[in-house]
Amino acid sequence: MATRKKKATSEHRVIGKALRKVDAVAKVTGATKFADDLALPRMLYCKLLRSPHPHARITAIDTTKARQLPGVKAVLTGQDLPIAFGILPVSQDEHALCPDTVRFVGDPVAAVAATSEETATAALDLIAVTYEPLAAIASAEQAVATPTPRIHDYGPAGNLHKLINLEFGDVDEGFAAADLIREDTLFFEGSTHLPMEQHAALAQYTADGKLTLWSSTQTPHYVHRALARVLELPAAKIRVIACPNGGGFGGKSDPFSHEIVVAKLAMVTGRPVKVTLTREEVFYCHRGRHPTLMWVKTGVKKDGAITAMHFKSLLDGGGYGSYGVASTYYTGALQTVTYHVPRYKFQGARAFTNKPPCGPKRGHGTPQPRFAVEVQLDKIAEQLKIDPAELRLRHLVPPNSVTANYLRVGSMGLGACIAKVVAGSGWKQKFRRLPTGQGVGLACSSYLSGAGLPIYWNNMPHSGVQLKCDRSGGVTVFCGSTDIGQGSDSILAYIVAEVLGVDPFHIAVVTADTDLTPVDLGSYSSRVTLMSGNAALQAAERARDILARHAAKKLEIPDERVVFADGRVFDAQDPGRGVAFAAAVQLAEAAEGTIGTVGSYTPPRSPGSYRGAGVGPSPAYSYSAAVAHVEVDPETGIVRVPTIWIAHDVGRSINAATVMGQVEGSVYMGLGEALMEEMAYRGDLKVMHKIPSLLEYKSPTTLEMCDVVTYLIEDPDPNGPFGAKEVGQGPLLPVMPAVANAVYDAVGVRVDEVPITPEKVLKALKRKAKGEEPRYGPTAFPEIDWPEPSRVPPPWEGGDGKEVEGGRGRSQATTGAERQH
Amino acid sequence: MRFDLNGEPCDVTFAAHKTLLEVLREDLGLTGTKHGCELGECGTCTVLVDGTPVLSCLVLGLACEGRRVKTVEGMADGPRLHPLQDAFAELGAAQCGYCTPAFLLAAEALLAANPRPARDEIKQALAGNLCRCTGYIKIYEAVELAAARMRGEDAKPATESLYGHP
Repeated sequence: MATRKKKATSEHRVIGKALRKVDAVAKVTGATKFADDLALPRMLYCKLLRSPHPHARITAIDTTKARQLPGVKAVLTGQDLPIAFGILPVSQDEHALCPDTVRFVGDPVAAVAATSEETATAALDLIAVTYEPLAAIASAEQAVATPTPRIHDYGPAGNLHKLINLEFGDVDEGFAAADLIREDTLFFEGSTHLPMEQHAALAQYTADGKLTLWSSTQTPHYVHRALARVLELPAAKIRVIACPNGGGFGGKSDPFSHEIVVAKLAMVTGRPVKVTLTREEVFYCHRGRHPTLMWVKTGVKKDGAITAMHFKSLLDGGGYGSYGVASTYYTGALQTVTYHVPRYKFQGARAFTNKPPCGPKRGHGTPQPRFAVEVQLDKIAEQLKIDPAELRLRHLVPPNSVTANYLRVGSMGLGACIAKVVAGSGWKQKFRRLPTGQGVGLACSSYLSGAGLPIYWNNMPHSGVQLKCDRSGGVTVFCGSTDIGQGSDSILAYIVAEVLGVDPFHIAVVTADTDLTPVDLGSYSSRVTLMSGNAALQAAERARDILARHAAKKLEIPDERVVFADGRVFDAQDPGRGVAFAAAVQLAEAAEGTIGTVGSYTPPRSPGSYRGAGVGPSPAYSYSAAVAHVEVDPETGIVRVPTIWIAHDVGRSINAATVMGQVEGSVYMGLGEALMEEMAYRGDLKVMHKIPSLLEYKSPTTLEMCDVVTYLIEDPDPNGPFGAKEVGQGPLLPVMPAVANAVYDAVGVRVDEVPITPEKVLKALKRKAKGEEPRYGPTAFPEIDWPEPSRVPPPWEGGDGKEVEGGRGRSQATTGAERQH
Repeated sequence: MRFDLNGEPCDVTFAAHKTLLEVLREDLGLTGTKHGCELGECGTCTVLVDGTPVLSCLVLGLACEGRRVKTVEGMADGPRLHPLQDAFAELGAAQCGYCTPAFLLAAEALLAANPRPARDEIKQALAGNLCRCTGYIKIYEAVELAAARMRGEDAKPATESLYGHP
């Protein structure tokens, strides 16, 4: 169901303006209550005992001594929480506490609730766990080569969790028509979200059987479902409140052990129980960027037109499924939405390894392939002697088109983005013209404005809003969306304020509370502005229609002449004639009773219906282009980035200042991934995290952060509220390949791997000096026993979005996320 | 222990092993001071002791006997925000807001010593504080805006910081 679309105009009083966020004062005064800021009388403290082994069978757990410690009120083990859970219906492979097997260092095995944190910590030392160690698997390549012991007893084979093989048109025929074919192998290292707030949760269980959980989660709806499943409580007796998140970036999107454990401990003890993870434990929760090995073969004509692309990815998933099936699809989904790819083949594999589970980090599965494609295009441009910006501009996907893999592209501002960064950076004067050690590189990207399909299969809206208009003139918006710092609470207020003509700071916003607010699926996949925004728009327009009807009667004018602005409701033809907004509500309330409306949003149906077609579709795609300027010291290999120019097609800014903040923050996080951020593992087995701390996990400080020159491109999309598309994730994607391409421009070596550390640059420079291939990066992609491909002819070859006969091989359970109809 | 907390005398009793961070958050209920690691790595727990930024997770509460401690709760002048708070709100320098109290206090100490800091001096002064949301840029701009206003200038945010470059 599509909402009525609003186009922004210069008449808008709220939309597009750089306003403060509705919670800005709370944030700058320290008044915002994050999960760990909450405390309840008689509250107990929870600590989790975590596995010291990467892979082991639990043969015995003795909790007797821990239970005897004064102050300890309860001890739980896996037996107390036997029901499995997981974010995706196809990967219900986690337990709140491991019942029999641990799968990574940090996997939780027992939990204590005690009267103080010190007592709870002391009690952990008194729990005796006997382990029988199993062989551990450290990398995806090792997992491919080592089918046993299996880390999980599901998946297509051995330690492979997921295999995908999709072919859109005959790529061999496409390659045969190419003037140049390149094959490149690249690697993208894993990284983690590193939110400044450590995850925390507080549970309360009252004698009437009601469970309340406050948590730093991006997805209260999914936590609600997981709690009902694992605790076997009626969902209606569970209330999940997502506190404002102190940073999320995807790292608080799964239902977590610690949330389930404190809920169970509250049920067992009858007292409130809180857990706050240590920074070390946050590293174990992880769910970050999958380390991904990629092989990409692209054929092009002399003018750079792509004739076919074949892309292979191998993801290191860590110990559990998490969002991994979706992540794997995402490594193949969005290659087609920037430049026209007439024939496309994607093979993706995810492996289980004995490391903390990977999942969705900002960009979810798409930064890795974007890095590969944009670096390869830079190499192709050089071989064809075409300027890399020009090459991209020539072959852009047209707006309002459908791609080879059946993604519907609406507004498409990438051309304008490229033009802006090329002009702004002085690209034409700099590219291949700067002195050695200095370089510029360009890359582009695209991202979803929300996933077209829900995580679990259902036909209900993805976002709902309720609106209450009070006779005082007050308006309250209720929505399940969760503010993780991106400003989603403010977006609701701005949109409602625009429609009802009231001050956005007069609007009360109630969000992220499963008792009070209609479901919104959560703050992930850059979905919230578009989806909750459309729901809010619909609710506000319905309220405006009711109020207009009664104001029109009073003013004795037709309904359509009623205007809402500046806190008044008045006659468009005689603006002096009107009533205050509060008076308009009173007129309506007197006539109709309590004034409340609802709005909801469901994304449009995607044209693809093959299995796997559910990952990739979005109501709208954002576009970004970036130019990075780098300085490379050939003696040390150190790469400095003074400036990044970035242009982002946001469709329409709802609040320009928060859009700017998202762009700059994305560039920052991309710079970290480009230069330094990595989940590094140590020890003989390479499965023990290398000192899980903020000091050892390098992230950019003020001293490493570059200057950012930002251009906002507004190419309104008909599916977005007022034309708005996403901004929270897309601008991260071009940064890593732009930096890599700039390093090549600076010193003539290719580092086909991120992070681009000094060691890698130096190794490549040494090879160059010796006359070898001036490159650092992986050289081979392992043999994988792929299933038969699903063959889906592209739209321009008569395809209808379905697989043709002779398609796929093995059958697997279908997931909500994978299914289209 | 008696000390000066946000300009008022404060008497508090606590277990001797507690850090200033724990005393503030747990014994005094001032949860505006946050924590990101409790190991002195992230700067998120920064407060001012006698006007100097310190990591409250590394300072024993008892070490603050007789000292002046300032937290984010003490920045505003009654209902009026401190110019730094106002500028952070205006520019969106607080996204998730978790590191914000620490940045505000570190910036306040900087501006007390240097009312007209250059961009590089701001970067140096804030180098011990991590922020994962903003890329620091809106924070620099907010510090510069507040500094100008505190010097009595009628400063406004640059159009390109709020709306991007033309």
